[in-house]
Amino acid sequence: MSEAIIRLRGVNKWFGDIHVLRDVDLDVAQGERVVICGPSGSGKSTLIRCINRLEEHDSGVIKVDGIELNEDTEHIAAIRREVGMVFQSFNLFPHLSVLENCTLPQIRARGTSRKDAQAKAMAYLERVRIPEQAAKFPAQLSGGQQQRVAIARSLCMEPKIMLFDEPTSALDPEMIKEVLDVIVDLAQSGMTMVCVTHEMGFAKKVADSVVFMDGGRIIEKAPPRELFENPQSERTRQFLSQILEH
Amino acid sequence: MHDQAASSVSTRPAPRRRRAHWSWIDLVLLFGGAGLLAYLAWQTNTAFAYHWDWSTIWPFIVRYDAASGRWVSNLLVDGLLTTLRLAFWGILLAGIIGTLMGLCRTSQRLFLRMVGTSYVMLIRNIPPVVFVFVFVYFIASQIMPTLAIGDSVAQWSSSAQFWIGILFGTPRLIDNFVLGLICLSVFSGAYVTEIVRAGIESVPRAQIEAGKSLGLSRADVTRFVVLPQAFRNVVPPMAGQFIQLIKDSSLVSLVSIQELTFMAQDVQVSTQRVFEVFVFIAVVYFVICFGLSRVFAALERRYAQAHH
Repeated sequence: MSEAIIRLRGVNKWFGDIHVLRDVDLDVAQGERVVICGPSGSGKSTLIRCINRLEEHDSGVIKVDGIELNEDTEHIAAIRREVGMVFQSFNLFPHLSVLENCTLPQIRARGTSRKDAQAKAMAYLERVRIPEQAAKFPAQLSGGQQQRVAIARSLCMEPKIMLFDEPTSALDPEMIKEVLDVIVDLAQSGMTMVCVTHEMGFAKKVADSVVFMDGGRIIEKAPPRELFENPQSERTRQFLSQILEH
Repeated sequence: MHDQAASSVSTRPAPRRRRAHWSWIDLVLLFGGAGLLAYLAWQTNTAFAYHWDWSTIWPFIVRYDAASGRWVSNLLVDGLLTTLRLAFWGILLAGIIGTLMGLCRTSQRLFLRMVGTSYVMLIRNIPPVVFVFVFVYFIASQIMPTLAIGDSVAQWSSSAQFWIGILFGTPRLIDNFVLGLICLSVFSGAYVTEIVRAGIESVPRAQIEAGKSLGLSRADVTRFVVLPQAFRNVVPPMAGQFIQLIKDSSLVSLVSIQELTFMAQDVQVSTQRVFEVFVFIAVVYFVICFGLSRVFAALERRYAQAHH
């Protein structure tokens, strides 16, 4: 694979006295699909939130697409333009229609004209299979539909990298599939993706590598088949046996 | 989704309406209240021995001007117009001050937070009447003469003066009006600030994060994501505060702004009809404030529909 588009070296992060990320090193290549799993509180979400600086790391180096993340607001803005993010709780803007949710960021952050922004928004709503909901407000949609809008909204910014922070954890079981289908589609189109999820079936299907985290450390990173069938660490084995039992 | 909704509507029983049900306690309260009112009416007519005479105050609403042969508005209507102008501009200005100061109160910068907090604490902890005097005599009176708004307006074209007259009242009294307006807005703005702050704080952090992650600048996140939601969340307390502002506009009568309460006092002095005048302006204030509260209630319903 080509050179790393996301590169973390010796990243540490504290919340007060709690050491949430410990000396994290991670490389994600262009076009690579990485799934991060691990018990709750292991620092998975914090890790991907550091990649677009929703959380500030305390030490170490994070480079995204060759740009280093530091105090420089220009750098932060540049990286956020390249990195899309999908949240567990969707976080659509409730006061804007589905279409406006998708056009506002394009118009304000990319300077796209309203007409072009609407055309692109409709194209991506088509891609997540809900163009007919464009005029509705988020509260009128089901959870699965809202999450698909959130994905479309991110894609409208033409990001090079997509981060998913437990995108299906807040969904009713019957809606998980419609959202995963969209993400699988996206993965197959060659998008670089980092996804925190407990959906191991999804990981097996699309991930190039799976990262197992515990206690703020990356314990293992391996292709899914290797990690699931032959985990190197005892901790990984334990975790997998717990979540795969059911 | 559509089909499910449609089918569930047809099978769902009609929502139960709140029934108008009278309990004996309601009736006791009703008769008790009616009895009290009847007693008060009887008292005012007998023990109080007040002779109601409304005819003397009508000329102060409109009077016939023999010289020009036309009906013209008199003191009470002029006062009402000034009150309406104070209310309109006051709501606008207090809204702007409150929004800016509310943003300061919730700013990440310590200095701005201190500015916002000092403003709110200073005004909220002084009685309104005292504030009006302090503001007008020690602050505004030092600044207004230098601005000399009235003098510059006097030099404008007559059509400009006509519109100024409609919007701000007679140019002759415009310095006075602006002074009262600023006083009222600065005072009310402190309360609006606290409502705006509460509104901003009611917007979940995740909304701000979503905005940031989409590459919106901090200013754009505030303008397009936070403030619109903040305002929607505080329509009821904001309505209350704006109605309060209209009622508080009577305070500036203390410093000779010729609005409704000031004019009422004038009329009362010259006619000696204390009760008629004050009952009259009480009704006028009620109509204005009640009207505004209906407008806000409609706004609230519209926002509620957009959300759900």
